[in-house]
Amino acid sequence: MSDDAPDAAATAAPVTMVPSHVRLTYTVTAGRHLSSYLRALADRRIVGGRCPVCTKVYLPARGACPTCGVPADQPVEVADRGTVTTFCVIRIPFEAAPFPPPYVAVAILLDGADMPIFHLVRGIAPEEARMGMRVQARWVADDQLGPTLASIRWFELSGEPDAAYETYANHL
Amino acid sequence: MRDVAIIAFAQLPAVRRDTEREEVELVQPVVTAALAQAGLDRRDVGFTISGSCDYLLGRPFSFVAALDAVAPWPPIAESHVEMDGAWALYEAWARLQCGDVDTALIYAYGKSSLGELPDVLVQQLDPYYLAPLGADAISLAALQARALLDSGRADERRLAAVAARSRRAAAANPCAQRRSRREVDELLAEPYLVAPLRKHDCPPISDGACAVVLAAGDVARRLVPRPAWIRGIDHRIEPHQLGHRDLTRSPSTAEAAARAGAGPDAAPFDLVELHAPFSHQELILRDALGLPTDDGTADGIDDGDGGDGPAINPSGGALAANPMMVAGLTRLGEAAARLMAGDGRRALAHATSGPCLQQNLVCVLETDGGAP
Amino acid sequence: MDVLSAPYVLEYTYQRSTGPVIGRFLTALRDGRLEGVRTTTGRVLMPPLEYDPATGEATGEPVPLPPDGVVTTWAWVATPRPGHPLDRPFAWALIRIDGADTAMLHAVDAGAADAMRTGMRVTARWRAERTGSILDLACFVPVAGEAP
Ligand SMILES: [Zn+2]
Repeated sequence: MSDDAPDAAATAAPVTMVPSHVRLTYTVTAGRHLSSYLRALADRRIVGGRCPVCTKVYLPARGACPTCGVPADQPVEVADRGTVTTFCVIRIPFEAAPFPPPYVAVAILLDGADMPIFHLVRGIAPEEARMGMRVQARWVADDQLGPTLASIRWFELSGEPDAAYETYANHL
Repeated sequence: MRDVAIIAFAQLPAVRRDTEREEVELVQPVVTAALAQAGLDRRDVGFTISGSCDYLLGRPFSFVAALDAVAPWPPIAESHVEMDGAWALYEAWARLQCGDVDTALIYAYGKSSLGELPDVLVQQLDPYYLAPLGADAISLAALQARALLDSGRADERRLAAVAARSRRAAAANPCAQRRSRREVDELLAEPYLVAPLRKHDCPPISDGACAVVLAAGDVARRLVPRPAWIRGIDHRIEPHQLGHRDLTRSPSTAEAAARAGAGPDAAPFDLVELHAPFSHQELILRDALGLPTDDGTADGIDDGDGGDGPAINPSGGALAANPMMVAGLTRLGEAAARLMAGDGRRALAHATSGPCLQQNLVCVLETDGGAP
Repeated sequence: MDVLSAPYVLEYTYQRSTGPVIGRFLTALRDGRLEGVRTTTGRVLMPPLEYDPATGEATGEPVPLPPDGVVTTWAWVATPRPGHPLDRPFAWALIRIDGADTAMLHAVDAGAADAMRTGMRVTARWRAERTGSILDLACFVPVAGEAP
């Protein structure tokens, strides 16, 4: 059909786009190592895995230590308090945001672990956030515990003095 | 060309549903076992490459999640193909031709159980003419099977004979999934799945993983007593639209075979591993490779104990276990493992990809000298 | 160890551009017409492609085609899947439209497998509401009077 064709078909523009929708359903599995970590959270415990070669403690336990290639699966319970190794301040609202902004997202090196986990800190003004802050987990109520990191509602300042940079410099 | 050999092969037993392992947990055991066979440490590997498919796991960039298994810290030389691992092996072989590295690790993994495999495989089809129809892989293969039956070059009994032989062979393969023995008449009494294919003509849905180690020249000779040398390897592809091809022939297989040194005048093979997910596809492949499709034995399908031809799919092949993205590399690994164990000295291995044998890879493997 | 699992949905709501050749074909489907494309060697590709797989050359002008053709191979689906074009037993078929040199995939609503055979003639059944999609062809149906 030419652009100036006066017939009825010309009232509809030529097709140039088509919907190409993909919708696939899965049942995903967490695997043995991640499951052990998630199960412990439902129990108010934080359990990682130690690499038998380099002795690093990973959170969660892993199917392979990325340095050694062997499972990092020797169970190690770590503390529910630790040191903020880095942070950022979220100031933009978005659909899945857990709180109205601004709020502080952090990487926390829990005492006894070699890998930081990611979580939120509440109870401080964003401009007070800093590396080295000592924080403590605030767990959800018992009846809300489940195999998910959401079993920890957030972290808050523990009241301890800030950690010296050297204590977490190798875990950034 | 540099001499390059397969020097190790490891696989997980294929299962219908592996509920225990995620990516890295599938890969870590086979990588560890293959490197141990080769006598190599992870740090000694010159080049690492994998084959997998994100859609199978429902996880974009899923291959990144598996990388810990090969210890990528400190950084390693790594690549990935969103294809069967056989094509990863091809890239590794080409990489070793550069001459600056001597060893390569190839692994492949696939978990078809997580999603709806027919829906996942629709994603490999052209998005304008085929994918909107929801044309699943079994339906497309059934069109090809009908075309072959119509050509008069096969009948349903021959298809069932291929399936029966696969099951007989798989009984001796602890990594195969479909291992129960069934006779041809018994299979033919089964209802159609998508006519003219019955369930036994189609591959099982499998979860699995495998790993192969390649080494060049003297390094291969130093590491293992009987390297399985890659004497030739090539892959060819055909048009995607089924209506543009003669579905009863596999010219891409014939072309790849000719370029890999397995053409019509090639020396005979002791064993052949064909990646034929559907029974009729084995017959099309045998035709393309000049392997006898009827050797005069009772069932017309040679299984290495009756006819003159080579043993076809002594592992049971893809009809016995078909982890997607793994089953092609497994054919190369199975063939090499048999040569390394002294079961013959010359083998042909094949892998396929895409609907109805769209793409095909042929590899000729040999061990040194005469009989072990 | 009791391993955790969870349902998960992967969804991509893409729109794809068709390009001029496929766009023209889909526009014709929306108008209730079939249209192939001629290659530089004179063959007619149906469905049309931008480039001739045999030569790699760009294809040329559109070729109007009738809604009728011949089944070159077929497969019988006794239990349709949710994504299939028909929700009752049907045949997949490669159909060579009259005047085309290649065959296209679609469904044939034949009622029963014994109504199907290679070489049978079929004709298009159009969807009433058409949007510019291969599904504007609801399916093909056996031409009346065609006995297996
Ligand atoms: Zn380690």
